[in-house]
Amino acid sequence: MCDRNEYIPSAYEIKDVVKQTDAEYTFRVAYSADVKPGQFFEVSIPKFGESPISISEIGPDYIDLTIRKVGRVTSEIFTYTGGDKLFMRGPYGNGFDLDVFKGKELIVAAGGTGVSPVKPVIDYFAANPGEVTSCKVLLGYKSQQDILFKNSLANWTSSLDVSLTLDRAEEGYGGRVGFVSALVPGLDIANPPEAQVIVVGPPAMITSTAKEFLNRGIAISNIWISLERRMCCGIGKCGHCRINDQYVCLDGPVFNYEKGVNLVD
Amino acid sequence: MGLVLSASRFGKLMEEWSKKYDIYAPALFEGSGPFSDTDQVRYAKVTSLEEIVFDKKSNYPFKEAILPITQVLFYFTEDEVREAAPRGRDAVIFLRSCDFNALRSLDAIYIRNVIEDHYYKGVRERAKFVVMGCESSFDNCFCVDMETNTCSGYDAYIHLEADSVTLDIVNPELADSFSFESGENAQITPKFVTATTTRVNIPGNLDASVAGSDMWDEYHTRCTSCGRCNFVCPTCTCFSMQDVSYTDNGKCGERRRVWASCQVDGFTDMAGGHSFRANKGQRTRYRVLHKVYDFKKRNGYHMCVGCGRCSDACQEYISFSACVNKLEKAMGVK
Repeated sequence: MCDRNEYIPSAYEIKDVVKQTDAEYTFRVAYSADVKPGQFFEVSIPKFGESPISISEIGPDYIDLTIRKVGRVTSEIFTYTGGDKLFMRGPYGNGFDLDVFKGKELIVAAGGTGVSPVKPVIDYFAANPGEVTSCKVLLGYKSQQDILFKNSLANWTSSLDVSLTLDRAEEGYGGRVGFVSALVPGLDIANPPEAQVIVVGPPAMITSTAKEFLNRGIAISNIWISLERRMCCGIGKCGHCRINDQYVCLDGPVFNYEKGVNLVD
Repeated sequence: MGLVLSASRFGKLMEEWSKKYDIYAPALFEGSGPFSDTDQVRYAKVTSLEEIVFDKKSNYPFKEAILPITQVLFYFTEDEVREAAPRGRDAVIFLRSCDFNALRSLDAIYIRNVIEDHYYKGVRERAKFVVMGCESSFDNCFCVDMETNTCSGYDAYIHLEADSVTLDIVNPELADSFSFESGENAQITPKFVTATTTRVNIPGNLDASVAGSDMWDEYHTRCTSCGRCNFVCPTCTCFSMQDVSYTDNGKCGERRRVWASCQVDGFTDMAGGHSFRANKGQRTRYRVLHKVYDFKKRNGYHMCVGCGRCSDACQEYISFSACVNKLEKAMGVK
């Protein structure tokens, strides 16, 4: 028989579980090998199946997986707690190249669970604000109950320019209301042709937000998106995530928008 | 090594092969066709020449011999997993030139697409391929236009004459432990078709803009999303994962992969409700353009090998070649 069997998962211990919202928990899993912001793992529970999950934080001896309880596998994962073991294989995908953003004006726009895959990028520049000219973070959630990473939000605000908007006005909420894309026209961008932009969220949010950035003079080749598709293997075999000649699992999930804008599902 | 053997001598050679190999070839399944009193030709393990169907196109391709419809990847208990042992012996697979060319596409995805597939590679390395010559093309075949009517690199070549078997054994392992008589050596010329009735024209300037054409609309109403076109295609390779737990101990079970179809509902469904290509015309576009455009962009040659099985199998009589022939007119038309 041959070489490495990519399909065999390994057991990793859950160190902690943090409730983000009623439907989203963060599972901190012991992990100390190399991993890049924007990559994902295939997380599985035998008998229930396997799901691709983005990495929402990279620590020295752990990674965080922020999981939304929406399917068979994720519902079962929600019954797991510290000390339990998750089966994982990966990391997969290309991830974000932080070097592209260093020394540049960086704007990160993310909506809902789309904040999760880009959070390690925000974490990095929040900890190393001197490595970018400036970093603006635009976050959008449906409601106050849907806001993720509230603890990180406080840390980010101290070193980065963070804007938060909710889809709808709620009682007791005095902040911005509207979609993330609506924040773009009023954004203070020092040098649009040189600025780097990351947009992550549902497909409609990516399209509308990227369009606003293009209107602001951002170069299409300086916009980066991260896509989410169904995946059964994570290694370019099962075909579920293929778009045109690209495999989201192998060639993505991070795509330069110059390519991403032309991908037809 | 060119050979002309009598049927009985070839039978002896197959007996020899059978000691070492599982032999897969197109075989007749009487009465199991889609309509009453119709037969079907599909792959089966065979041991004799008589079982091999030479005069008909197989309804299903060879791929299930190396890429099983359902394949167990590993067994699990609550806290450990154990790889499934390879099943079966080394294989000898009889197939036509179009299908042998399809193997190149399977390899592109399962071996050369960045990460190797452990299971496929294991079976692939243990398989030998015997190409069956084609006297003439069958209905819906368009291998000549897809440049898959000829091939090289096979382990052996075979065709039948009235009372003999013409053979070219390229891989000496297939001649192991068998003494050929001196009179059996011969100069042989493989039979490859040079013309087909069905023709296709893939526009040289085909580009992604054709995805926006309204030519796909008719397929939304015609296609029933049954997925037969995928399952009979020698180059379709998609699968879904399936976990099964055993009834006598629910904590133990197996993870399998099972053939999947990009035409069938649910192919793109993500937990949480997002999905893509609800429109069946768009699913047709996704499949057709993969076969004659997208795959080539990534791998340098077309995925479709022109076997025409998708057209043969379609219960709505959707012709793949007719669809491909609409591309030229559809280019640039929204």
